[in-house]
Amino acid sequence: MSTTLVLLLSASFAFGSTLKVCNTCSYTSVKQAVKMAKAGDTVLIEGGVYQEHGIEINKPLTILGRNNPVIDGNYKGQILTITADNVTVEGLTIKNIATSYTRDDAGIRVVERSNIRILNNTILNTYFGIYLQNSENCVIKGNVVTGKDVTGLNESSLGNAIHLWYCDNAVISNNKVKGHRDGIYLEFVKDSEVKDNLSEHNLRYGLHFMFSDRNVYTHNIFRQNGAGVAVMYTRDIRMEHNTFEGNWGAAAYGLLLKEITNSVIYNNTFRRNTTGIYMESSSRLDIQRNNFDRNGWAIRLLSSCMDDTFKLNNFTGNSFDVSTNGNSTLNHFENNYWDKYSGYDLNKDLVGDVPYRPVSLYSMLVERVPPSVMFMRSFMVDMLDNIEKVLPSFIPENLVDNQPMMRKITYDNDRKLTQVIR
Amino acid sequence: MKKILKYVFYDIIRNKIVVAYTLFLLMLSIGLFNFGGNPDKAILSLLNLVLLTVPLISIVFATTHFYNSYEFMELLVAQPINRKKIFLSEYLGVACSLSGAFILGVGVPVVLFGASLTGLYLLVTGVFITFIFVAMAFLASVITRDKAKGIGIALLLWFYFALIYDGIVLFILYSFSDYPLENTTLALTALNPIDLGRIIVLLNLDVSALMGYTGALYKSILGSLWGIGLAFGLLLVWVLVPYLSSRRIFSKRDL
Repeated sequence: MSTTLVLLLSASFAFGSTLKVCNTCSYTSVKQAVKMAKAGDTVLIEGGVYQEHGIEINKPLTILGRNNPVIDGNYKGQILTITADNVTVEGLTIKNIATSYTRDDAGIRVVERSNIRILNNTILNTYFGIYLQNSENCVIKGNVVTGKDVTGLNESSLGNAIHLWYCDNAVISNNKVKGHRDGIYLEFVKDSEVKDNLSEHNLRYGLHFMFSDRNVYTHNIFRQNGAGVAVMYTRDIRMEHNTFEGNWGAAAYGLLLKEITNSVIYNNTFRRNTTGIYMESSSRLDIQRNNFDRNGWAIRLLSSCMDDTFKLNNFTGNSFDVSTNGNSTLNHFENNYWDKYSGYDLNKDLVGDVPYRPVSLYSMLVERVPPSVMFMRSFMVDMLDNIEKVLPSFIPENLVDNQPMMRKITYDNDRKLTQVIR
Repeated sequence: MKKILKYVFYDIIRNKIVVAYTLFLLMLSIGLFNFGGNPDKAILSLLNLVLLTVPLISIVFATTHFYNSYEFMELLVAQPINRKKIFLSEYLGVACSLSGAFILGVGVPVVLFGASLTGLYLLVTGVFITFIFVAMAFLASVITRDKAKGIGIALLLWFYFALIYDGIVLFILYSFSDYPLENTTLALTALNPIDLGRIIVLLNLDVSALMGYTGALYKSILGSLWGIGLAFGLLLVWVLVPYLSSRRIFSKRDL
């Protein structure tokens, strides 16, 4: 792999020539330059506005924008279609693509190719932003994909900002996406890396993936998306240091997990989501060192989940910490911090001496009879919860944190603390 | 009638209990607004306070006041004045002074620290709750001549609306959980002014997102001007029914 890269690089340096595109150059349109270019050449586009669409890149080229050139598609069709391996597209602004239900027009589309690099582009007002199909080893980095204001729009009238379908070994990093249906959409994408992205104000999901095993998601921010983040039918995922916040609405989730197995969720922050994590048929998940702050439900754990571990998480200011819909409890809670915990710690080891049951009677009632949610904040409800806390009889007996922490866990400087616990 | 009203009103204002009530509400509201930081959160806490203490104090105070001014009413009845007028003046005197205390105690801090539509709803709800529970207190007082019994009935009424009712409804919802209950819940909450008031305010706070489908149903009804009008209309019915029935008893009864 590295040798091919070196070869490629040296190749382009050795005999690649540069074709300049500007209003006064020999090439005044990108299409023209691309047509004349030979494999390995660089097409350098100078600043200016180019009214073009349907540019097909069918040989290994580097398309480089300098001084912010703009390619305006004028709503006539797809702008860049890449049908060759080893293409780099960098520094362009691509804009104005109409909604097309039959063709799924995109700002940049890659068709069944590999080693494509899409770097530092700005994509404005398109149907799909960047669309990769059946392409391997691609890099999508530093792009800004901005759609439109999605309030009141219909899901089917919008495309996804970054859309990958059957693409393995992709790297998606440092992108900023907003105003589309899904921010980042992955389907059948394996062994890929999604990091340092910001996905916000999308109509449906900030991140949406299915059948995408062995991917790593780190340091992303998913904020104020219509329905949060939804991930399904996948295994061997790592999600670390992500922030899920402000996904607030009747059907919004910080993170919705459906049939996710053998995955780890570490060091994430879930802040002000209607539901922090919603888990359905998700098993063998390791959920550690996350912050759940001011969510409606921190965790909704359906009884179809098994062998999940919740450890060293902070639960603060949530309306409901954990809710579940059945009595079977096959999951494990340990050493979490719960701000509603009112136990004591006689031996001062910072671990509470009394177990904590994070499921309240009322949350069970709401899960079973949804209309009873209208009695939220009623005195009767508070009273029932308190009685149940003293004498538990309805809430699942085994859904319990036997060693709740006395203090909020800070993750930077608590090495000592974790050592004590181990 | 104006004269009687004035007299009742001044009598209550001079009463230290109303002043204490005002100060209590004022201190609690200012404390909550300064403590929470977030006005929405303070309004949420205030809502709990309004729905628990305001009915209790209204109903207990109005009942004791009614019994304490029995002799005065007997004196007035001996004069050529319509009984209905006497009753109305008594009612308005008590309800207005308690509402005044509420508006001073809760309204001023709400306007100062968290002026919003939700705050306004909270205030209107509080005033309605005061009127409703004073009317209920009067109903309890005209039912029996015995002061202890009257206060007992009043307390029971408060207990029923503030606590027991929710328990019964939750029990019903639980027992019939296999059926679609959204509309039933809607109807059942309308039968309790405290629940109705709580929901009007809650739906305007962002916790309403937690209320899912049922919440959306409520919101679709109560979100419109028409729906809010309907809700406050229902509260008005809750004022009128106990008031009119107690007035009927009062005007017919042998004092």
